[in-house]
Amino acid sequence: MTALRLPSPVVVAAGCGGSGRELAPYLDLDGLPLVSRSLTLDARGDGPGPRLEEAPSGLVHLAGARNRGVAAFLADDLPWLVRAGAWVHVSLVGATLGEYAELARRVGRAPGVRGVEVNLAVPDPRGSGLFDAREPFHAASVVSAVRREVPRDLPVLAKLRPDVSRVVESARAVADAGATGVVVGGPVPAALADGTPAGLCGPAVRPVALRCVHEVCRALPDVPVVGSGGIAEPADVRAFRAAGAVAVQVGTALLHDPTVLDRLGRGADPQRPVRRPDHPHTPHPQEEP
Amino acid sequence: MPVHVVAEVLANRRAGAHRVLTLAAPGVAEGFRPGMFVAVTVGPAQLARRPMWVHRVRGSGTHGATLEVVVEPRGTGSRWLGDRAPGDRLPLTGPLGRAFALPREPVACLLVGEGVAAAPLLALAERLRERSCAVTMVVAADDEAHLLATLEARRLARAVTVVTADGSVGTRGRAEHVVADLVAGPVAGSAPAVVYASGSPALLRAVARAAEAHDVSAQVAVAPAMPCGTGLCGACEVPVQDAAGQPSWARACHEGPALRADRVNWGALADRRPGGGTGAARVAGADGVDW
Ligand SMILES: Cc1cc2nc3c(=O)[nH]c(=O)nc-3n(C[C@H](O)[C@H](O)[C@H](O)COP(=O)(O)O)c2cc1C
Repeated sequence: MTALRLPSPVVVAAGCGGSGRELAPYLDLDGLPLVSRSLTLDARGDGPGPRLEEAPSGLVHLAGARNRGVAAFLADDLPWLVRAGAWVHVSLVGATLGEYAELARRVGRAPGVRGVEVNLAVPDPRGSGLFDAREPFHAASVVSAVRREVPRDLPVLAKLRPDVSRVVESARAVADAGATGVVVGGPVPAALADGTPAGLCGPAVRPVALRCVHEVCRALPDVPVVGSGGIAEPADVRAFRAAGAVAVQVGTALLHDPTVLDRLGRGADPQRPVRRPDHPHTPHPQEEP
Repeated sequence: MPVHVVAEVLANRRAGAHRVLTLAAPGVAEGFRPGMFVAVTVGPAQLARRPMWVHRVRGSGTHGATLEVVVEPRGTGSRWLGDRAPGDRLPLTGPLGRAFALPREPVACLLVGEGVAAAPLLALAERLRERSCAVTMVVAADDEAHLLATLEARRLARAVTVVTADGSVGTRGRAEHVVADLVAGPVAGSAPAVVYASGSPALLRAVARAAEAHDVSAQVAVAPAMPCGTGLCGACEVPVQDAAGQPSWARACHEGPALRADRVNWGALADRRPGGGTGAARVAGADGVDW
């Protein structure tokens, strides 16, 4: 089985690090694990821009997978990130199994790609015109379709919704389908003030994500789990690691403090995490099953 | 280069309906140019940051360079900010965004500011004067209490037109109704070669129209809600077009706030969402943020 290796246990969550360039004034990208925004085959950007609304301790977010498309990412953003030394996982999202497979084919052998994250946590797949992966069986089909198209040693992570009633079942299904690990804790399905379906992120969702991480780690001790949802303080990182997560992803916190990762990285480890990609350290024994 | 720091509030004074905060924010003042802003974190439970124009930068002894921001208390976040006392700490990032482009030649410039959005124009006027540009200004607001820095404007500009919606002082009306004549010039002897505007979408659009009609170049400062301020989230995107008319989107916080008026797609901007989405959204929540 493919091992999940990360140079640091604190990862930039999908869609929250811009193209990487926006973070460069604030952090050293060398050895920084970063998940790209979710890419589709064609650019999706004609409609209105993303909408963000404040909720208590949270942000309600609607983006509809707006992105410049996989080709622009591979030609422009990826080479820049790789030169900067970032440890890049590419997030993929599609409308059909065929689209996921095609995306995986395009991304899986691109130079510098360290892993693929399959986004199965879209808060409103139907409204966004994306594949609905709520059923564990459907989630597993996407993972098999992707797994087949990428090199055997490339990690494939499946990002699952923080839905405590389904998350263990989904995690098991995607692991059986060949996922190297799971990211537990995408946006919680929610609505903007006018009722438009969207996703809730930020500290408001942290206890929900933590519960999901706990359940998955307990039920599937051999599956590496990356926790995500509202992580903003060193204590949050410790709580997710204590629940069994091998790493955490940080999204919303970056939007109000672009330097937060350094603070969290140091907090998660007594020493500053080793961030050299050629000397990846092992954040957790579960990591190399 | 922008930095993220914890600023210290040095002073909080009243200016009409506004509060002016003086902040010690190491490293922020150094890279400042007029039109840039800081993204301020408000309260612990409010996750969208508040973009605040850098009003003034001062070199000061003990604290290094300090900066001033103007707060119009009108929602939960801005009221909280307006209540900060000396000694309080404010995490912020800055200086952010693209500054106003300055003319290469010493030409006549018209600066139009509305309400709290006039904040970046005083530093701009100062910079233009240093380049021997003849500056005229329009300072507008709902009423006298919301007019910003008219005294200072009089010191910096050759002529100042004051406009209030309620007529409490100056010309009664809205800035967007007087700009057409002023852009046509002449004011204080010369027709403007460049117009700079910061204010409501209606004002910015009126400036863009007048500038186009009189073949004058115009720069507008677009300021929708900017939840991150650093270009990460994309929620402040405004519709634009390139020189060939090809439509795309610009992040107000990153490619803006200062944009060429002829590059903004004003029609699409007005359609973008209920409440407009840019400028001084007065209704709390109109752009998803309780200012
Ligand atoms: C502005 C923004 C953009 C996002 N874009 C994506 C995306 O492209 N793909 C994805 O899988 N998740 C995306 N997310 C979800 C985050 O990756 C993360 O899973 C979620 O926000 C929960 O973590 P947080 O509370 O730390 O933000 C986005 C979230 C935000 C706030």
